[in-house]
Amino acid sequence: MTSAEAASRPVSEVLGVPPAARTVRDRSFVLLLATLTSVALIVLAVLLVDTAIDGLPQLSLSFLTSFPSAFPAKAGIESAITGTLWLMGVVTFVIVPLGVASALYLEEFADGSRWWNRIIEVNIQNLAAVPSIVYGILGLAYIVRGPLSLGRTVLAGGLTLALVVLPVVIITSREALRAVPPSIKEGALALGATRWQAIWRQILPASIPGIATGVILSISRAIGETAPLILVGAATFVAFNPTGLDSPFTALPLQIFSWISQPDDQFRLLAAAAIIVLLVLLVLLNAVAIRLRNRHQQRW
Amino acid sequence: MATDSVARDAAGPNAESVFGPARRRIGEKAIAVVLFAAAATSVVITVGIVISLAGETLTFFADKAVSVSSFMTGAQWTPLFSDPQFGIRPLVQGTLIITGIALVVAVPLGIGTAAFLSEYASPRVRSALKPTLELLAGVPTVVFGYFALTFFTPSILKGLLGMDVSVFNGLAGGIIVGVLIVPTVASVAEDAMSAVPQSLREGAYGLGASRRQVTVRVVVPAALSGITAGIVLGASRAVGETMVVLIAAGQVPTTSLDPRGPMQTMTAFIGATGKGDVPTGSTGYEAIFAVGFALFLITLILNTISIRFVRRYRQVYE
Amino acid sequence: MQKRLMIAAVSGILAVGVSACGSSDSGSSTSSVSGAVAVDGSSTVFPFAQAAAESFQAENPDAKVTVGESGTGGGFEKFCAGEIDVADASRPIDEAEEVPVCKDNKVEYVEIAVANDGIAIATNPGLKIACFTTDQLNQLWKKGSTVSDYNQLGGGTPAGKVSLFGPGTDSGTFDFFTEEINGEKGDTRTDYQPSEDDNVLVQGVEGDSTALGYFGFSYYESNADKLNLVAVDGGDGCIKPSIETIQNGSYKPLSREIYMYVNTASLADKPQVKAFINYAVDNADESAKTAQIVPLTPAQLTEAKDLLSKAEGS
Repeated sequence: MTSAEAASRPVSEVLGVPPAARTVRDRSFVLLLATLTSVALIVLAVLLVDTAIDGLPQLSLSFLTSFPSAFPAKAGIESAITGTLWLMGVVTFVIVPLGVASALYLEEFADGSRWWNRIIEVNIQNLAAVPSIVYGILGLAYIVRGPLSLGRTVLAGGLTLALVVLPVVIITSREALRAVPPSIKEGALALGATRWQAIWRQILPASIPGIATGVILSISRAIGETAPLILVGAATFVAFNPTGLDSPFTALPLQIFSWISQPDDQFRLLAAAAIIVLLVLLVLLNAVAIRLRNRHQQRW
Repeated sequence: MATDSVARDAAGPNAESVFGPARRRIGEKAIAVVLFAAAATSVVITVGIVISLAGETLTFFADKAVSVSSFMTGAQWTPLFSDPQFGIRPLVQGTLIITGIALVVAVPLGIGTAAFLSEYASPRVRSALKPTLELLAGVPTVVFGYFALTFFTPSILKGLLGMDVSVFNGLAGGIIVGVLIVPTVASVAEDAMSAVPQSLREGAYGLGASRRQVTVRVVVPAALSGITAGIVLGASRAVGETMVVLIAAGQVPTTSLDPRGPMQTMTAFIGATGKGDVPTGSTGYEAIFAVGFALFLITLILNTISIRFVRRYRQVYE
Repeated sequence: MQKRLMIAAVSGILAVGVSACGSSDSGSSTSSVSGAVAVDGSSTVFPFAQAAAESFQAENPDAKVTVGESGTGGGFEKFCAGEIDVADASRPIDEAEEVPVCKDNKVEYVEIAVANDGIAIATNPGLKIACFTTDQLNQLWKKGSTVSDYNQLGGGTPAGKVSLFGPGTDSGTFDFFTEEINGEKGDTRTDYQPSEDDNVLVQGVEGDSTALGYFGFSYYESNADKLNLVAVDGGDGCIKPSIETIQNGSYKPLSREIYMYVNTASLADKPQVKAFINYAVDNADESAKTAQIVPLTPAQLTEAKDLLSKAEGS
């Protein structure tokens, strides 16, 4: 039959399948997909609700401003919060210059045909997928001990975490730089700017929102990393705020991990409360990043 | 770069920066060198990882008089006891079992979610679902570990399902790791499915196919390399996952295949041993490196495979 | 407007951090000390050290005491390498392996008993074992043991699949138990769930219906409602560990002293270390009660104080 004839017959006849069955199968398929999609989300919801039920009653100003203690009633997360903030400071100071500079090099200066540049590119992709605990081993061997011998200090912990997220910062910064249309750069060059002037005055400023978003998201990833800190971090009982880069520290994920390991149910509840604080921190950071992204989404 | 010189020529001889041509060139060169150094640090880091892991692993083999074959195939992992055994098989087995269970969970959930997002969801539903998936991806793994130990094992496995599991068991660990990697699998798979040209779909619709048939018979096969890339990437993440298994799956290196009891993965061994602050040069320290090296190799291989698949599906449509 | 909100949010977070830093430095007593004290070692001694550190820091807010839980062996390694000031230990320092290392690194120390401890044998409440002889324990735990069901141990022991939890090899509890029960330090079967952290062991035993584990008595005491205590027959009948039986030694052979080893150089050079250890010994009873550890007898306490003042005087 010609296609015209085929088109005029009921589709089900052409395909030889009764229409009713097809509809049932179609409908159940949609249902299946919707169910599969919701399972992961339901688990997330249960997780959040369970944590909230356990942890919310423990949240109080004194919880936020007390230090870890042998008594669950007195224990708090002040040292964990300040430790986390210090670590994030170190991470930011490392990944912003290093990550943006690497991204700039790869996007603007690197000749893609040279073998060393290709190696760098492949490298970064691989580094982004290395398990974070391997970075912990690296940190233990080279940063805490070995050549840098920083000991179990804030600086060592921050550097190790920076290593974990640096590849991600490089990749997102590259994408932010790439998103700036070449016409901007060409216009600058046509007006007599040097390559660096064009980058520094036009491309970089235009890509800052994208870069900042990437940096913020990387920091939020680093905040939740526990495994590297287990190998690189300090003692289980740190009841003071870090006094400097060379100070021992604890951090929110470390404190959560330590409290989870206690069989006393009271500490489990405290762990839940600390988890809530951690999640709130993450949501705040992500909200800032998303707002940045949305506000500065340029339409070129 | 060609554009630069063209633009500069077009600008004419009067277009000079304040500093004059010679200094400008040196300054630019210096900047380029600095930037190259920054990018090269990534190579330095990788080299550092490989050297430290490989180096200590060699020391490990030399020191402990362990042969590579007995390391890889030996069935007893008791490195810290008085008569130490260094067969890594129990650890690898633990990792594989957890990853296997995780994939059983994540593959249907991930592909199903991707298919739903890509083929069925309205823009409004998508705008609600995608951030929620990102939220799931952003939850720290220690939180999942907490959930596995304090809720999933007692209330779901033991309570709801009435299973006879130990307090630390591989099943809970595997299932929760599976949920954890769903966003990874889903986002790569969804990317691949969205990249399938609309013309393919329209062709099928034109022949009278239903949306289901289009999804199952057209889109999924067309996006298969991307979907595979997502699965392999998810597997790689599951292999490298530490906190969930450290908290909830147990610390017993065993060759038992029963996931209802405790087991130990490679990552859990590193985490548990490293927590005790092993001194440099001790057996525990060297064992960490040997296992870490094995872990690094496995994830490297999985990642390379995944990247290959991504390249393949990107190539077809670009 | 959005920009201002963002700036406010970020500075808010920073402000909390800065104020937190600030608040910890304000309000000190007139004669408080400052500086770092590094304590590490046994997880059995950890609750005691933590309790002492906590109350010490309450009176001396500028002192920074960190307490680690690397296990007795791990603690000694760091101690003899000069990395920490105080080593927590649930067994005496090893003459053969650890003392030479300290000597080589010129680390001199004073050994102070800070509390007593017994090793408690505990099972899940579902596994009702009342008493084990040391012989049965040996059969269960010795190297190469193939006991897979408790009733294989005889003596009317109920049936149950063997699921064991115990300290890891860095633990002084491990050393002590294996030496006393199996005859040689380190002699043990290897198919049990090890952890340096006694808390994890308690968790394990609590959660597994046929589990048995051994750990410090204080960890049993703080979780007594979730565990079944097994009495031990060391030749004189079944005795359950308690403050009395541990202090008078009738709970045998699993009673012992637990120690803090103090680096005498730190004692002399760092006033905060001296203040801390003096505080810990003077308030040993208090800390023991907080940690639910068996306190020193009055005689032991006097001896500890004497030892300490002698070390300081010299």
